[in-house]
Amino acid sequence: MSSDTATPAPPTDTPTAPQGERSRSSRRVSRDDLGLLLGLPALCAVLLGGWAVWRATAELDDIEARSLAWGLLVQLFGEHLLLTALSAAAVVLTAIPLGIALTRPAARRAAPAVVTVANFGQAAPAIGILILLAMWLGFGVPVAVLALSLYAFLPVLQNTIVGLQGVDQTLVEAARGMGMSRWSVLGRIELPLALPVIMAGVRTALVLAVGTAAFATFINAGGLGSVITTGLYLFRNSVLISGGLLIAVLALLVDWAGRVLELVATPKGMR
Amino acid sequence: MTTTEPTPTTDAGPESVSGAEIVFDQVTKSYSAQGKPAVDSLSLTIPAGQIVMFVGPSGCGKTTSLKMINRLIDPTSGTITIGGKDVRSQDPDDLRRQVGYVIQGGSLFPHMTVAQNIALVPGLLRWDKKRITDRVEELLDLVGLDPVRYRDRFPRELSGGQQQRVGVARGLAADPPVILMDEPFGAVDPITRQRLQDELMSIQSELKKTIVCVTHDIDEAIKLGDRILILQEHAQIAQYDTPEAILSAPANEFVEDFVGSGSALKSLSLTRVEEVELTEWTTATVGEPVGPVLERARAARQKSVVVLDQRRRPVDWVNIRALTGETVPAPVDEARDLHQIDHRATLNDALDTMLVSAYAGVIVTGRRDQYVGVATFEAVTALITARNEAARQAQEDADEQ
Repeated sequence: MSSDTATPAPPTDTPTAPQGERSRSSRRVSRDDLGLLLGLPALCAVLLGGWAVWRATAELDDIEARSLAWGLLVQLFGEHLLLTALSAAAVVLTAIPLGIALTRPAARRAAPAVVTVANFGQAAPAIGILILLAMWLGFGVPVAVLALSLYAFLPVLQNTIVGLQGVDQTLVEAARGMGMSRWSVLGRIELPLALPVIMAGVRTALVLAVGTAAFATFINAGGLGSVITTGLYLFRNSVLISGGLLIAVLALLVDWAGRVLELVATPKGMR
Repeated sequence: MTTTEPTPTTDAGPESVSGAEIVFDQVTKSYSAQGKPAVDSLSLTIPAGQIVMFVGPSGCGKTTSLKMINRLIDPTSGTITIGGKDVRSQDPDDLRRQVGYVIQGGSLFPHMTVAQNIALVPGLLRWDKKRITDRVEELLDLVGLDPVRYRDRFPRELSGGQQQRVGVARGLAADPPVILMDEPFGAVDPITRQRLQDELMSIQSELKKTIVCVTHDIDEAIKLGDRILILQEHAQIAQYDTPEAILSAPANEFVEDFVGSGSALKSLSLTRVEEVELTEWTTATVGEPVGPVLERARAARQKSVVVLDQRRRPVDWVNIRALTGETVPAPVDEARDLHQIDHRATLNDALDTMLVSAYAGVIVTGRRDQYVGVATFEAVTALITARNEAARQAQEDADEQ
């Protein structure tokens, strides 16, 4: 887990462009990134458009029509997105400060232990955490957000630690030697330099959360997962596949948003 | 523009321009209770306005001693004063803002532009915007980088030497009386290093700061230092003296070994190019009509012309046969090595540079990289011969007595 959360995954759809290409082209968005930035939304548009055409023209029975009603889907889409956004926000607000704290000299030694604990959240099956928490704390959106946050906590924590540890220590000492306070070194030197790695963690967390949010329906917290379960219970393959497709498209879009975030977060001098 | 002195900081008074005295009194630093301390009761006075080089084998405590001056490391016992003030009586952050700090490779912050890097300490000291902008411009000019071209670049868009220049400018930014340098030129190639050393010496001759510089390179120490501190294990002083004295009278075997053989050759590092009789070379300014330039060159019986820019900085050295156009062209390749050295460079550097020059000579530049003349191989050897002759004479006189 640690190796693939630590660095942003290299784009896989353009195998001809080596990684070095990225560092050579200065300031402007590199060709790899541009491909991803434009290609992903285009792919999503094609998938979504194709599905919409099918939905509008296919002959659906009563159950199918009701479970795939436009209004309902939009509502579920919104719920799904809200679950994802809330849990990602919760993770960012807790994991990043914890990661910062664990890289300060006083707490540095505790870092491996905390990462191990965070690993449990990641290693346990998502649905297991969700159900257990629901049994303990009850059903509903807040518990779903808590479960998703636990699940997506590790990549952000780990990347915050790795990102901050990866900042050249001579730069930190140079900053201290110039008379910057510890806080100002953190805010003006360490965090900006670690931001690309931290953002890669946030993107991973977003993608984990959007996928896992499909289970939220089991504890009555809404989301597109209910389309899949409806399809399963009522033996309607069209509904089942529609649910899967919509979640996949949403996941791709969230991943895309994460990439945009990463790109924006990378300081200008380091692109 | 070229002769303006840096504006002294208004709050620090005029003496800040000429540096401050640093005194170590019985300074000890031990990292553990048992075992010998890294620095063992070091006492030392660094005179105001001088460059003092700390040299010694690795692990001798030279960097530890340096970092105790700006409290990056706090001594276990003993006191260090800057200009009579105990460093421990001040808040470390305030203290460090008044002490320049330059480290290897420049250590520029990669996410900030050149201007932002230089403006950091003035910003911490809450200078107003206008003053900071002016100061950045002045400093870039001082270290030989065109402000308009380089101000908004990011560090990775600069060469190693340029980064190091910006690092020096950043250390000078708030006009501190004391500047600490930790292996400042360790990360650049030998030719660039030599040039940076020359520039540092020109800057120092203008500013007269107190500079404490750690190096492991004895040649660098001999070249730059007004005084050299040679340290043994646990920061025991082996010798603390002028370069001349260390070369001619090493205090003990350790110093002798450390300075190494070939001290006759090393003394080439003690003679500056400015002592060489320079040859007047034909010069031309970029954009000037070619005709009169060729006439001047022929009259002087010279087959090449030194091309200067508008600020009289040499930019090219061309054979007259290459001047075929209407006007003198700007050089095609700006990054080309011009075989120029500063007037404060040593004979050693001059000979080194001549070996790779096409014209058996080097262009000598003065303040702010302005053209002064050309040092030819003949002129340099003539000076060496004269020096050796004088030395032998002195030796003979001494023997006769």
